[in-house]
Amino acid sequence: MLIRRPHDIPSREITERPVYLRRREFLSRSIDAGLTAAALGAFGILAPPRVMAGEKLSGVAKSAFAVKEELTPYESATTYNNFYEFGTAKEDPSLYAQDFKTRPWSVTVEGECARPGTYTLEDFLKPHALEERVYRLRCVEGWSMVIPWVGFPLADVIERFEPTGNARYVEFTTLLDPGQMPGQRRPVLDWPYVEGLRMDEARHPLTILAVGMYGEVLPNQNGAPLRLVVPWKYGFKSIKSIVKLRFTEEQPGSTWNRTAPDEYGFYSNVNPGRDHPRWSQAKERRIGEFFKRPTLPFNGYADQVASLYAGMDLVNTYF
Amino acid sequence: MRRADPVAVAKPLVFAAALLPAAWLMYRALIGHLGVNPVETIEHHTGDWALHFLLITLAVTPLRRLTGHGSIVRLRRMLGLFCFFYATLHFSAWLLFDHFFDVMEMARDIGKRPYVTVGFSAFVLLMPLALTSTNGMLKRLGGRRWKRLHSLVYVVGTLVILHYLWLVKKDTYYPVLYGVILVALLALRAPSLRRPRRDATARGGSGVAAQVTIGDQGTTARVHDPIVRHTQQLRIRL
Repeated sequence: MLIRRPHDIPSREITERPVYLRRREFLSRSIDAGLTAAALGAFGILAPPRVMAGEKLSGVAKSAFAVKEELTPYESATTYNNFYEFGTAKEDPSLYAQDFKTRPWSVTVEGECARPGTYTLEDFLKPHALEERVYRLRCVEGWSMVIPWVGFPLADVIERFEPTGNARYVEFTTLLDPGQMPGQRRPVLDWPYVEGLRMDEARHPLTILAVGMYGEVLPNQNGAPLRLVVPWKYGFKSIKSIVKLRFTEEQPGSTWNRTAPDEYGFYSNVNPGRDHPRWSQAKERRIGEFFKRPTLPFNGYADQVASLYAGMDLVNTYF
Repeated sequence: MRRADPVAVAKPLVFAAALLPAAWLMYRALIGHLGVNPVETIEHHTGDWALHFLLITLAVTPLRRLTGHGSIVRLRRMLGLFCFFYATLHFSAWLLFDHFFDVMEMARDIGKRPYVTVGFSAFVLLMPLALTSTNGMLKRLGGRRWKRLHSLVYVVGTLVILHYLWLVKKDTYYPVLYGVILVALLALRAPSLRRPRRDATARGGSGVAAQVTIGDQGTTARVHDPIVRHTQQLRIRL
């Protein structure tokens, strides 16, 4: 007897993987389009524009935390950086993050705290007044910049969510969305990117969450819509496009630390006395300059933060 | 009427083409378009092209074998010297911009950083090859010794790949890609891939002559290369 096996689904009917991965976006775009059309029909006006990179931020207070050094040109800071979610070359983020959607965006707070939950970005940001901080940024690769960030102290955020007595660390997670983040389609790192700070580091007045730079909304390639800035640590600790904060009792993971534990420690404080196993950290090239300059302990913030690490061996153990 | 020698025609064109990467870099420097980190651009560009010319040079032998156009070997010296040219620029950029002639620090770097150690070693090993690339040096050394000396290029290739592999932070895509190309170019030299003709004399365009005789005394291969001005004889008894 001949048993007829049903045909496989013809390949023309299979949705291509990149399209499949963007299905939600497709849906939400369709809904957006529908709503916009409805709004246009009802009121005869255009929908309000989304928050766009480059939009001027208003009501930003100047802060006393501002280094008196020449700012890195905006053009350099926005076209030369690492954001492996959009590719491993320095110009990749500026090329491939252009269509990245930063609205709607939500931030989940969980772990050892009294007020866990998922908040829209707007609600998450609402209570915080923006201020400008001009910080040095030192990349673990040996280059540095001076960037005027716009943000607010992480300490204020932590206070709002009332961490319990068990909360000793904060863990941060970047969005996982290979559909929008082409770099995540290759297993270069263990996605999603995670980072962590000890609670006293997280609460330090220098530590901020940033939503802007150079007085404007953060460009997508620089970690929009919400990123961490910890100026005394190597740049990779300042995690970008954050979707989750988690208060933990145990020391959380850190992507680069997991990737190469002997090369990147959990602390990763800028330390000219502790070389990367493969290259020196004694000097750095300030973007815009030809010759290297000496790297400063804690990236020049030793007076403010060195006491956090009193008695710790920052070269061999807690690097 | 004499037929035009294609290699003689190609030589100045290849020479001009090989200068294009350097010209492009100069042009970008003059109009101030070396990017956000110009030193890195210079170092990467010159390093990339030193590697490209190394691989192109190593591709000559397999290409001769696969295409039968033996005469392209006459381009090889020039291609090899362009590898040395870009390697020299690469080394100079490191010397000037990264260390500003600070000999002590350079020595420390070479001793301490494996990727610098292998990169520097590769450059040092290229020097005798560049110095003995002239016809005069070839004659003075004799074909056999000259060839042995120049097989250092295989060591250089390996060191250069290690140099690349050890300097990248995590994404090893390109160093691995170049490594695969190097391995492929070396594998194409394997004796088993040689297909000598039975009792035949092959003559390449440059006048490279190979004669293979299979007889009672074993197989004898005689290769005469007029560029190297050397005849090599190989006898295999089975």
